[in-house]
Amino acid sequence: MSVAEKVKEIIVDQLGVDAAEVNPDAKFVDDLGADSLDLTELIMAMEEEFGVEISDEDAQQIQKVQDAISFIEKKKGE
Amino acid sequence: MTLNRVVVTGLSAITPIGNDLATSWANLVAGVSGAAPITRFDASAFDTRFGCEVKNFDEKPYIAAKLAKRLDRFTIYALSAAMMLMEDAGWKIPADEAELVSVIVGCGMGGIETLEATHSKLLEQGPSRISPFFIPTMIANMAAGQISIATGARGSNVCTTSACASGLHGIGYAYSDIKLGRAVAAICGGVESTITPLAVGGFNALKALSTRNDDPTKASRPFDAGRDGFVIGEGCGLLLLESLEHAQARGARILAEVAGFGASGDAYHMTAPPEDGSGMALAMKGALREAGMAPTEIAHVNAHGTSTSLNDACETTAIKSLLGDHAYKVPITSNKSMIGHCLGAAGGIESVMSVKTIVEGVIPPTINYETADPACDLDCTPNVARKQAVANVLCNSFGFGGTNASLLFKAFAQ
Repeated sequence: MSVAEKVKEIIVDQLGVDAAEVNPDAKFVDDLGADSLDLTELIMAMEEEFGVEISDEDAQQIQKVQDAISFIEKKKGE
Repeated sequence: MTLNRVVVTGLSAITPIGNDLATSWANLVAGVSGAAPITRFDASAFDTRFGCEVKNFDEKPYIAAKLAKRLDRFTIYALSAAMMLMEDAGWKIPADEAELVSVIVGCGMGGIETLEATHSKLLEQGPSRISPFFIPTMIANMAAGQISIATGARGSNVCTTSACASGLHGIGYAYSDIKLGRAVAAICGGVESTITPLAVGGFNALKALSTRNDDPTKASRPFDAGRDGFVIGEGCGLLLLESLEHAQARGARILAEVAGFGASGDAYHMTAPPEDGSGMALAMKGALREAGMAPTEIAHVNAHGTSTSLNDACETTAIKSLLGDHAYKVPITSNKSMIGHCLGAAGGIESVMSVKTIVEGVIPPTINYETADPACDLDCTPNVARKQAVANVLCNSFGFGGTNASLLFKAFAQ
């Protein structure tokens, strides 16, 4: 499973949204109905899945689905 | 100041013998035990390896999947039961009345299951793995909070916590809110879900639980000489209370009236009641005093009846001390013989069943009664339900810390 697919799966699971809604431009708060607690837990779930650390500063930059995919891909590439 | 009369206009329950009220009541009258080997965790190392679990409960009709993930099991029960309750009462809270609707739901321990899982994660993976939802999921008042969010009720929003009397205290204080005019209606009762390693281990350490592992359905045997402890249960029981005026104005179906509430403390010991049952008697006496009723008017007692050696003997003594010779003419019953001891939910569920007893004219039995105990010599409605109209029911709950509550329900009459 690619990073993009896995990230989407985590988002569907954590936010309880339909997979069809999780397109790259979907914003977590405005489009997928996440609140700040949801976002914190989403970040934690990605850290756990991919074995990476996401700092609070980095987490604040992750606002839409593609941000998360790009961040993880970059981290994994390092 | 005018005091309001308070009536019951809705009921709901999720119990070890039914995932809704109709099923629970039918099984209660039929004498069905909810006890079985524990499935929630591997209990093989524990002195007690069975309990009264709620079985195959599906919250999906009541709670969205995303929200359910954020809730401990106790809040799932409470929120689901609240949805069933409003359906049963045929009422949706109007926006202009929201501030006058209380939610008071007792809970003895809160989200122990979440606490245990998170503590394991902390030890295994460190503090950064603690979910931001951990505390809001675990806190005992989240049941009341979620019910408020779902129904729009914006009056008092409280969790009463008094161990095994939590649920009954919740109803008692909700009744007070309406009686005093602070509220026109209240969603109230009790909830608990703590069939977990820590809770079972803790009660085992206290020697409070039955260890009849070879025969779980016979283990909860209140007032029987062979009783050896309580059986841990779980679930939720909720009532909708309304002022009589409010209920009549909306044309509500009135099931019963709340006539009085009594609460007391033992001032005695952390876990044991005094042998004369004086604290328990004080609570019952308080309920009668508020109702303006004489002890000889009591028709039925839905006893705390835990199936522990001490409780059942002390409660018998307490009832006799208050009712005198009349006590021998009053059928009592222990729902715990079938649903186990649902702890903070006990007073909620047993109040629901007390009201059903009045409405249906049937007293549920105390099952597993085989051998008389001279210390428990009242008529406990042994083994078989009794068709008998009752004008009123005194419902008891007592808890560790030496806390006692008693609530008097009576048939409604203009």
